[in-house]
Formats: sequence, C-alpha cells, structure tokens
Amino acid sequence: MTEVLSAKAADPRAVLTAPAADHTEGMSYLETLPRRLVTLYLPLSLILLVLLFPFYWMALTAIKPDDQLLDMNRVSPFWTTAPTLKHIYKLLFETYYPLWLWNTMLVAVSATVLSIIASVFAAYAIVRLRYRGAQWVGGAIFLAYLVPPSILFIPLSSVVFQYGLFDTPFALILTYPTILIPFSTWLLIGYFKTIPFELEECALIDGASRWQILLKIVLPLAVPGLISAFIFCFTLCWNEFIYALTFLSSTQNKTVPVAIVNEFVDGDIYRWGSLMAGALVGSLPLVILYAFFVEHYVSAMTGAVKE
Amino acid sequence: MADLAIHADRAVPREPTAWARLKVNRNWLGFWFMMPAAAFLILFLAYPLFLGVWLSVTDARIGQPGVFVGAENYEWLWDDTVFWLSVFNTLLYTGVASVIKFAVGLYLALLLNENLPFKAILRAVVLIPFIVPTVLSAIAFWWIFDAQFSIVSWSLRHLGLISSNIDFLGDTWNARWSVIFVNIWRGVPFVAITLLAGLQTVPPSLYEAATIDGASRWQMFWHITYPLLTPIIAVVMTFSVLFTFTDFQLIWVLTRGGPVNATQLMATLSYQRAILSGHLGEGAAISTAMVPFLLGAILISWFGLQRRKWQQGESND
Repeated sequence: MTEVLSAKAADPRAVLTAPAADHTEGMSYLETLPRRLVTLYLPLSLILLVLLFPFYWMALTAIKPDDQLLDMNRVSPFWTTAPTLKHIYKLLFETYYPLWLWNTMLVAVSATVLSIIASVFAAYAIVRLRYRGAQWVGGAIFLAYLVPPSILFIPLSSVVFQYGLFDTPFALILTYPTILIPFSTWLLIGYFKTIPFELEECALIDGASRWQILLKIVLPLAVPGLISAFIFCFTLCWNEFIYALTFLSSTQNKTVPVAIVNEFVDGDIYRWGSLMAGALVGSLPLVILYAFFVEHYVSAMTGAVKE
Repeated sequence: MADLAIHADRAVPREPTAWARLKVNRNWLGFWFMMPAAAFLILFLAYPLFLGVWLSVTDARIGQPGVFVGAENYEWLWDDTVFWLSVFNTLLYTGVASVIKFAVGLYLALLLNENLPFKAILRAVVLIPFIVPTVLSAIAFWWIFDAQFSIVSWSLRHLGLISSNIDFLGDTWNARWSVIFVNIWRGVPFVAITLLAGLQTVPPSLYEAATIDGASRWQMFWHITYPLLTPIIAVVMTFSVLFTFTDFQLIWVLTRGGPVNATQLMATLSYQRAILSGHLGEGAAISTAMVPFLLGAILISWFGLQRRKWQQGESND
C-alpha cells in the first residue's frame, strides 16, 4: 500500500491517470489532428454516409407528397417542405399491412421461442451431460448451420405440402427453427461453458435432479446468452424471405417482406411513397429492438463466429 | 463395541431400481434432452436435404410425384446456356463482393478501433444495414436505382458529370455491378463488427513495442494485426462467401434475374425453374449443383486462412 502511494507521489501524472488504468487513449497522441482528419475522420464519414443514405432516402420518400416525388427540378429532392403522412395512413388503413405485421410477429416469436427451448436442452446436453458422441453431435449441428435455405426450399416445399402445412403460418413456424436451432445451440454452448461446473456439482450433491439444475442454476446464469440468442433469432426470422415466398400463397397469410414485394408492385406510378412507407414501418420494430439491446446483439454475432 | 452397534443400526443401502439408475444415466438423459432439436433438424433439414438429391434425379413436377430418370436433369443442364450463365454470374457475384466486403470491412474495423468520440454510438449505427431486413433495404435501393427518378443520376447530372440518366438495372453490366454494390453495402457491417471484436483482443502493448522499434503503420498491420486476426478472418469470410453464394432475396427484389438473365444466380434460377415453372426435378438439380461449389468455397476460405499452430502457443512445423 505504501509502495503504491510513494510511486504515485513520485510521478504526478500517474496520480491523474493510474486509478482507472485507462488505455483507451492508446497511442493516438502520437498523431496530429490534421493527420487524423485525413486518415480517420474523412474516410469514416464517407463510409457512414454511404451506409446510412438509403435509410434517409427511404424515410424521406415515405413522407414526401406525390407531386414532389417525381418532380425533381422544381424543388430540391434532398428535402421536403410539405411532409405528409398520407402514405403511412394509406398503408395502415387501406391495405392488409397491419395483418402482415401481425403474421410476421407471430411467426417470428413462435419460431424463436420453439428454437430457443430446443437449443437450451441440446446445448446443455452437449456441454454438461457429455453423453456418448456429444462431440460429434456438436460438430453436426455446426454443419447444419452451414446448410443454406436456398438449396433446401425446393424439397422443403414438397415436405410442407406432404404434411399439409402449405399456406399456413405453421409452414414457417416449423421450418424457421432449422435455421435458428443450429445458430442458437452453438451460441448457448459457448455460454454454458462459461458457467462454473462446481455450482452444478454442489447441486448434484444436494440431491438436485438435472432438470432442477437446468431450471434453477444454469438458466438464471445464462440470461444474457438467452437474450442474445432471442434477439438474433428474431431478427433472422424477420429477415427470412425465400421460405415465406415459397410456402405461402394467399395475401392474408403473407409476411411483411414477401407482401411488400408482391402486393405493392401494381404498375402505379405513385407506388413509391407507399412502398417506402411499408419498408420503413417494417424495419422500425427491429431497429427499436436493436437500439435497446445493441450489446447483446453484437455479442450474439461475434459469439457465433468465435465458436 | 460401540462401533459395531452403529454399523448394525445403519440401514443397508437399497439397490437402486432400474428407473432410478436410468434417471441419472448420461446417455439416456442426453437422448431426451437432444430430442426436440433433433426432431426439427431431422424432419426439416436432413430429410429435405436427401429428398432434394432424390428429386434432382426424377422428373417431379408440382403436385405430381416423379419417376426416376437418372442423370437426365443434369444432362439437360449441361447443355443449357442459361444455367452456365447463372454459374458465371454467381461466381462473379461471390468473388467480387466477398473480396471488396473483406477489404472495406477490415478497413472500417481498423477505423472504428481507433480512439474516437462517440465510439459506442458509431459502432451501433454501423450495424444498422445488417439489422434492417434485406428485402426492405433492397426496396430502397430499387428506388435509388430507378431508371427515371434515380437520385444518383440526378446528383451526377447536376454536378455535370453525366449528360443522361444511368440505366442502373436495365443494362447487363450496370445491373451486375448494381446488385454487387448492394450486396457489399449490406455485408460490410457484419464483416467490420466481427473483425472489430477480433481487433479488440490484440494487446496494445504489441503496438507500443513495435512503435519503439520504429515500425511503420503498414509493418504493424502486416506483422501484428493481420497474423493475430487470421483465425477470425477465416470464419467470417467462410460465412460471408457462403451467404453471398446462396443469395436470393436481393436479386429477387432488384432485378428478378433480369435483364435477360444478366443477374440470374443459381438460387434465383432454381426458384424460377422449380416453383414458377413447376419443374421441381430440374430446380432440385440446380440446387444440388450448388453443393460442390459451396463445399469448394468453404474449403478454400477455411484452409486458405487456417489458424497456424504458433497462434495457439505451439511451434510451427
């Protein structure tokens, strides 16, 4: 203790910086501001501009009145002086859009919940029960992650037909888990491994069953992992397109992405406003969810990559 | 004496019943714990995977089970110029988009790894293109690439760089570059954020030591950052290549494979043949033909960037 104090006294700068041991500044003081402007801020803002412009354009088009939409010479197209909610109103009250939103939400939530339940059991069994062949099953699940929907949708469509699920929400609720389970099992395996197994040994000695251990010890400790898996799966469901396009046919059953592409394209020259309003409203739930759980989202994405 | 009494009193432990033993048997419990996941994956993944291969050697149509016709579908595809065009398009699309995604993504990750104001918000914002469903952002690009009212054409015209509107999606090569651009736009955030996670695990002391030794920025990147990052690059690029190769939604929204099949990928072609024209067998053959390409792509990006032993603390062989 005294040594630390004397060391601090010897170096006044250490007193200012030492307590937090802050390395965030790193070596950036070695660079001058003009240099950083050119090598860092300029390229960064250019990339950000390109990444975000489509969303600005989408939102702007959604609130532009029709006449300004197509007349680019009288007023600057980059701004609107008379924003209107007409497109969004039309979308919500004159189309099936609320129904499509509901379908998407129903499918996404059910498929995600089903997948997470199945994944929790599978991941726990692979990590902790270590039954014979657990390693191989883990590897097989990773391989299943690499099977893309675009090579599965043709045989799956005939399977869906055979089971009598065609054009029902169940066609999607039961097929989406094939995309979600491999991912979330893999993610949860990583999380379960970080939970000290001594806790479980204690519980076993106290006479707890595996079921009680899973429910009362492992799951409460894995909540961050569960949230990550949930959000990521939900986003994947919302984003899925090819299964929804193939397995659903009636307008009322469609999900938002499929419905927007197929139902709004009617040759009407003024369709752009409602198309963009549809795209905007369809993205908002995900962006809001993302805004609340950025950290979980990023850890899900990187966790899945880091094996 | 007292000892003996105690022993006599103690109840003889009962032999556990078969059920009690089964309840703690790992393999038995493991079987039941794996059951839900296995049921989904076998019914809706493994079975269709084999069914797909079977369909590709039959003449099945929608609503009509086919009979075995051998390799006829494949022979048919072999002579089909549209199929070979789609193979070319897919390889071009995957190759160009993956390389640029990797380069720009790594660059963006390096930029974001610097000491910046509002770091957390910047990182969150970068990921937005990845969050928004592909179809919905592709619709925004459809409008941006409109033949008549494109904002890009408008801006370039007002800057005096071009005299007439660019036909982004109507011309063969323009359409190809446009869809590749949108794919890159959507993929860069994923690559950047995952590589950033890798960059943050590189100890800063290595850079400090290199600076003292007089290393240039390029030398620091090439001898410190890149070698330490290769394992994560391998995984990220494997995924990136895989998802680019099998892309469907972006093309479907922007061009539906047009103009004149210029942007037809293998996935969109198989959808057209199998679902729209009803030739399930032929579509399944195209899907099955994707598998060797996929395996090749995975093997190249995996083994090409394989982790080396010294990265795990062992000596190289």
